[in-house]
Amino acid sequence: MADGSTDPNDHGLLASPHASSLGLTAEKIGEGRATISIPYDERLIGDPDTGVVHGGVLTTMLDNASGIAVRYHPDSDVGAAIATLDLRIDYMRGARPGETLYAEAHCYKRTRNVAFVRGVAYETDRDDPIATSTAAFMLGTRNTPRP
Amino acid sequence: MKVIARIAELPAEERLTALLDAMPYARYLGVQAEAIGDEVLTRLPFKDELVGNPMLPAIHGGVLGTMLEATCTVQLLQATAFTRLPKTIDFQVEYLRSARPKTLFGRASLTRQGRRVANVRAELWQDERARPVAVGRGHFLLDSL
Repeated sequence: MADGSTDPNDHGLLASPHASSLGLTAEKIGEGRATISIPYDERLIGDPDTGVVHGGVLTTMLDNASGIAVRYHPDSDVGAAIATLDLRIDYMRGARPGETLYAEAHCYKRTRNVAFVRGVAYETDRDDPIATSTAAFMLGTRNTPRP
Repeated sequence: MKVIARIAELPAEERLTALLDAMPYARYLGVQAEAIGDEVLTRLPFKDELVGNPMLPAIHGGVLGTMLEATCTVQLLQATAFTRLPKTIDFQVEYLRSARPKTLFGRASLTRQGRRVANVRAELWQDERARPVAVGRGHFLLDSL
């Protein structure tokens, strides 16, 4: 990952092997908000009878978008280590097979130690969500393994 | 005949493997499951594509969430007569430790099984079960038979 790059795809959370293997792409990032997308792909399917993508894909997208929203909050240092404390996903419906999925997250409150984030996943209309999320992140964690 | 309904008719010992094999996303991640009596043990061998934080390195939080949810699903399917997959209504993940580049193990238990909704919780660990890397719980909508 290139230091000083302004392309969010180069930074932390989207530069990970998992994000690039899945095909996660940054759409719009900044001011505590992040939108990422993933094109429909057969390997993402969770239910073979319907072609609906696995809920875990939405979990991954919302987790990733939420983390980026925290990093790109105006008060955050983009490179600082953060850790997800918890993530809750509410599933409203199955994603429509064949369509690109979007996950949009907003870090609406950032304190000295903790950041709070809401997210929504959809295909074309954010007012017709597939899933919504709430997450809390711990800020300024160590970027080294815990014993 | 639908895939899931066909799997439901398999002998119990073949059901879990057939099910995970029929789910492309579980196959992509490499989720495995084994039934020990009425309990299911899930397993996710490490591979580089699972890494979410290359600095630590650590397995992606989304993978942990998926494993928890998948562990709940297979435990539910093992415990109930099913013809369709349960639908997740909501799921909450608590991240406790970063998951190291090694195999993840998972167990789930049914807190309550109603006619339409099941409450299920799950945990993931690596070296010691007593030191979970993540725990989760959720509500699942069952197919009413």
